[in-house]
Amino acid sequence: MRKNIILSGVLFIISIGLTISSVYAETPESYLATLKIEASAELGYREFSAQRGAEFYKDKHGSDWSCASCHTDDPTAVGKHAKSDKLIKPLAPSANPKRFTKLKKIKKWFKRNCNDVLDRECTAQEKGDFLAYLMTIK
Amino acid sequence: MAFWKKFIAGGLVALLTGVLSISAVYADDDDEDDGWSWFGSKSEKHDDHDDDHDEYEIKKARRAMANPVWKQECSECHLAFPARYLPAESWREMMSDLDNHFGSNAGLDAETAKEITAYLEQNARKRRSYRDSSGKYPLRITETRWFRHEHDEVASEVRRNPKVKSLANCAVCHKQAELGDYRELTVKIPR
Repeated sequence: MRKNIILSGVLFIISIGLTISSVYAETPESYLATLKIEASAELGYREFSAQRGAEFYKDKHGSDWSCASCHTDDPTAVGKHAKSDKLIKPLAPSANPKRFTKLKKIKKWFKRNCNDVLDRECTAQEKGDFLAYLMTIK
Repeated sequence: MAFWKKFIAGGLVALLTGVLSISAVYADDDDEDDGWSWFGSKSEKHDDHDDDHDEYEIKKARRAMANPVWKQECSECHLAFPARYLPAESWREMMSDLDNHFGSNAGLDAETAKEITAYLEQNARKRRSYRDSSGKYPLRITETRWFRHEHDEVASEVRRNPKVKSLANCAVCHKQAELGDYRELTVKIPR
């Protein structure tokens, strides 16, 4: 009887662990590796560059907004939505360890924000440069 | 054998008690749903004057604010505006074009959008005062006749106030807005 209780307790803990790991499957590093595989299949692929990422971050890409319009010039700072004024937690993983840890969330926000800033989805090359930049900021 | 009979009888009694208490809870809910017509569509006598005064309405409002998917997704860029402040027709139209959401891309995956749409429709308002002045279904709460009526005394002053900027920034003045409580007694306009 007691063995059964202990066994089911252990199974319960394992299942919780699995659930958590499947939700938080990514790290910024593992997502960058995924992007590298995607980008290397794109035309004109170059090694990811933090410097290109920094330029991309501040550029308005011919329209109204840059990434910095909401996330501020400093990605470790708290941002503010350009329209609603709602506060946005820091974007750089060094300042906000939850960033780039959930694939679903990463995809949702890249799709939205790339469309807002560039009027199209970003390439894997652009996302890779961008993340490489964010990961260099301490 | 007698022991088992008692055991079964005891089980039956427990089951019955359970069923009765569940049905009691639901009956209670039914009562409240009738009362909800204060917020909803059935009662017309409070039209345009349903400013959330009643404690009971607040409880109901808080419960209606409890959908976790709606709360999570609709509060990422702005305050999650209560479903009860627009008609279902408005919510449906808004949810059908999230990629172009008042000038921002707020796209969601189909499954999440479907759940949120259903929630918004269930909790939407039906009254005419929740349409705009030409009788159309507006996409902005601030364009409903109800909203204009409620804010007619403060609208122009508040728009000029740099701390408010827009009438859509509910929480600047409605201090309990995130809890779904918009009663006048919780209002404090920043100077």
